Parts: sequence; structure tokens; C-alpha cells
Amino acid sequence: MSQGDAIYPEGLRYTKEHEWLSTKGAVATVGITHYAQAELGDIVYVELPQVGAAVVAGEPFGTVESVKAVSELFAPASGVVDEVNAALQASPEQVNKDPYGDGWMIRIKVADQEEEPPGLMTAGQYRKYVEDEAN
Amino acid sequence: MQQATGTSLRKTPLNALFRELGARLVDFAGWEMPVQFSSVLSEHLAVRTAAGLFDVSHMGEIEIDGEDALRLVQRVTCNDAARLAPGQAQYSALLTEQGTFVDDILVYRRAPQRFLLVVNAGNTDKDFAWVAGHATEDVQVVNASARWAQLAIQGPRAGAILGRLASMDVARMPSYGFAEGTVGGHPGLVSRTGYTGEDGFEIYLPAESAPEVFRGLLREGRAQGLLPCGLGARDTLRLEARLALYGNDIDETTTVLEAGLRWIAKPAKGDFIGREALMRQEAAGVARRLAGFEMADRGIARHGYPVRFEGREVGVVTSGTYGPFVKKNIGLAYLPDTLAGVGSRFSVLIRGRDVAALVVPTPFYKRSR
Repeated sequence: MSQGDAIYPEGLRYTKEHEWLSTKGAVATVGITHYAQAELGDIVYVELPQVGAAVVAGEPFGTVESVKAVSELFAPASGVVDEVNAALQASPEQVNKDPYGDGWMIRIKVADQEEEPPGLMTAGQYRKYVEDEAN
Repeated sequence: MQQATGTSLRKTPLNALFRELGARLVDFAGWEMPVQFSSVLSEHLAVRTAAGLFDVSHMGEIEIDGEDALRLVQRVTCNDAARLAPGQAQYSALLTEQGTFVDDILVYRRAPQRFLLVVNAGNTDKDFAWVAGHATEDVQVVNASARWAQLAIQGPRAGAILGRLASMDVARMPSYGFAEGTVGGHPGLVSRTGYTGEDGFEIYLPAESAPEVFRGLLREGRAQGLLPCGLGARDTLRLEARLALYGNDIDETTTVLEAGLRWIAKPAKGDFIGREALMRQEAAGVARRLAGFEMADRGIARHGYPVRFEGREVGVVTSGTYGPFVKKNIGLAYLPDTLAGVGSRFSVLIRGRDVAALVVPTPFYKRSR
């Protein structure tokens, strides 16, 4: 795996707030990107919604806290929370260690799977967005 | 997160070295300072279990010399500087007439009439004006901050590491003692002081010597587990040890008594600025006190979050964090006197939700000797 794949995996969609979204059928898995976890530093607390809660694209659905900073999480798609990564309660550091794997946060049963939510970026677009933001 | 932009910020002599070491730089009190080199958690744990090396050159240094030096120090600080022998330092404060904090400081007695005050970076100009404003003709007050760099080496292995480079006998230096000599061949002053709750030393050097001494300590310490540390770990370490941070826990609106720092005020020494107010407040009793708490439910309290009791706002969180060594969410808050006792329960308002907290004994962390 090249470094690009580890930092900006192909096949995911990305938000300007540095969340990622991976869609399989009607269910979308959501987390924060490698760049986001690196910017935050050691993550020590993740606050997520309950299963069954409604989330709205572009609206906050939870909070992630590093030792020094509090950051809101924004939903990349609208729908109902289908599953929550309960392991993050005891092991929030998984978000740092494996942001695209064990550090996932919620799964959303998307409201409209035919239409991709607006404003999402591909891996290539997101990479350029991050590089522009850093400069 | 505030990113450092560079141009308008002040830089310590170690700025180029920070960049070389890949530190994450932020704006702290107008200075471009490292918030972390590797990670706040690993730096914090290195200090608790091995050693950490900090650049704190942004701190201010005020030199007081002359026949009236002791008299001036006694007038502007609340602790009793007459009790210091040359080679001893003490924690103290500059107070307003109201008994509130102009700043909290360290006072070093270098000779009978020669003192060094070490002050918070953001207060340096204010403190210098305050001290100089009370000076008489027979004393010289100099803001020497630009000439001094300051490093801190902290942790159980700090003495062994520093001992390899220092000309002074640091292993036998008493707590709050200091000596002048050389470190890595550079003239400097070393004191057994710190802001982490660990054994450790602070090293004062001419600004131009700092990079070489910093590199030398890193080299000597690497095999012992020493890490370069940023202000992020400095903040979590000091909070576990319940050391106050000016601008968060204490300021010109809070008094020595409210802050739980009665022990640094010595009214028996004679008059000083703030003494009368302090005596008055002591007789009347304080309405609020700074108390240490831990969260009883999930959530991290942060500076500025409201404290509530029975649905009413009764105070405010002044410092709060996840404590990396104690592994609890801890904080300090001004609470009504009736709520400030150990075991009392209240809530912290976190993003619109009342989260349970309780007052606990402090310090949250105390090293075993």
C-alpha cells in the first residue's frame, strides 16, 4: 500500500470538515480522516449519538476531543444511525491508530441512497483540498 | 486549533531547533511555541516515568539589584523574601491592593541585595512596570527577559541526565535551591524547581547558549527515555499537580485566599501590597474557593464551562483536561464555599448537558519520594 492509500484511500468520499464516508448499499460508514486525527493529536474522548438518532448532512452529530482541543463531527449524509462504534468509548485512541478501520465512528442508514449528498470529494480532490489548506 | 503564522510572533532562541525536530508550533501569549514534539500523551508520560525537556524561554526575567533590593521585593511580593538565603528560591506573587494577582512568580535570592524574579510570559511587561513603579532610588530594576533563555528538565531521571553536563552538584541540590555555574560549558543558573509535579530543574542561560545546551541534554538523555516536550504536556502535567496557571485559574479578579494559596502570603513579615485586603478577607471569610474536581460521568470539562448546582449556575471551570497519568477527567473550578469541600457534587455544563462531577482531594497526582 502506498502512503497515498493509507492517508487518502480511494473509494471513500470526503467532507471539507475532514470526515470520510464509505457507502455499501443503504448503509454509510463514517469516520474522520488521517489528516483530521493528526491535526487533533491524541484523541481521548469521542461522543457519538445513540442508535436510532436522526442525523442531517452538514449538521453536527457528535464530538471528538484530543487532550488539547474539542472538535465537532459533521454528518456527511442524512439518515438514521444504524450502528455506533462502542469500542471507542474505552479506546478512543483507535481513531489515531486506524482512522479508516477500527477508528470508524457511526453507520448511517441513508435516507436517499440514489442521490449522493452534495459537496463530497473524491480521494484526489480531498488530497488537493488538504494540501491547499496546509499552505 | 490556532496555527502559528510566524511573522508577528516572538521567537525563542530555540525556534529553528523546534522546526528541525518537527514540533507543532502555536501562538502562546504572542510567542511561537511548540505545543508538542511527538504527542502530548507520550511527552506527559515520559516526564512522569523518565524525563522531559522543555523550552520555557518565553518566561520573563526581572533583575533587582541595589541597597534597597530586599525592601522592594518585600514590598511587591507576598511571600517572605527575607527568609531566603542566597542560593534559595521561593514561589510567591505580585498582588494588587485588593489582594488579587498581578502575577504568580518565582523569587531567587542571588546575593543579599540581588534578586531575580521569574514571571509569566504574557505578564512580563506589566510586571516590570509594576515592580519598577514601586522602586526607590537605591535599587535598579531591569527587564532582562531578552537576555535569558530558560529550559526545564523534569522527571525522575532529570537529575542524572543534567548531572552529566552541569558543573553544580545537582543531585544534592535541595528543593527550591539553586546554584550558578556551567551547563555543557555555558555559564548558567540551575534551580531545583519546576511546574510538573516531578523532581526536576530549571536552567537559566544566556539566550545564545540555549540551542547547544538543549541539544546536549537531548543527547545525554535519549538513552534514558528523555523526550523534548511542548506546552501541551506542560499544561496537563501542571494540572495533575494542581499548580495554578495565570490567566486560567488566577488573575486580577481572584484573590490569594480564593485560589487556595494562603501559604504563600506571610502577613507577619510586615507590610506589602495587598496585605490589608488579605487580612480583611481572612477575617470575613471567602465566598468562593478554587477546588479540584473529577468528572463522575463521561465528558471533559474545559476552561470557561459553567458549573451548576440544582439547576443554577454557581461557578466556572478554570482548567480542565483528561489527565494522562491519573487517567481521569480532572479540573479546577471556583465553587461557592459551601460546595468546595471534598466529596461535594455538582455538574459541569458540557455542550448544553449537565454532567456530574465531584470535588476530590488535590493534587490529583503526587509523586512518591
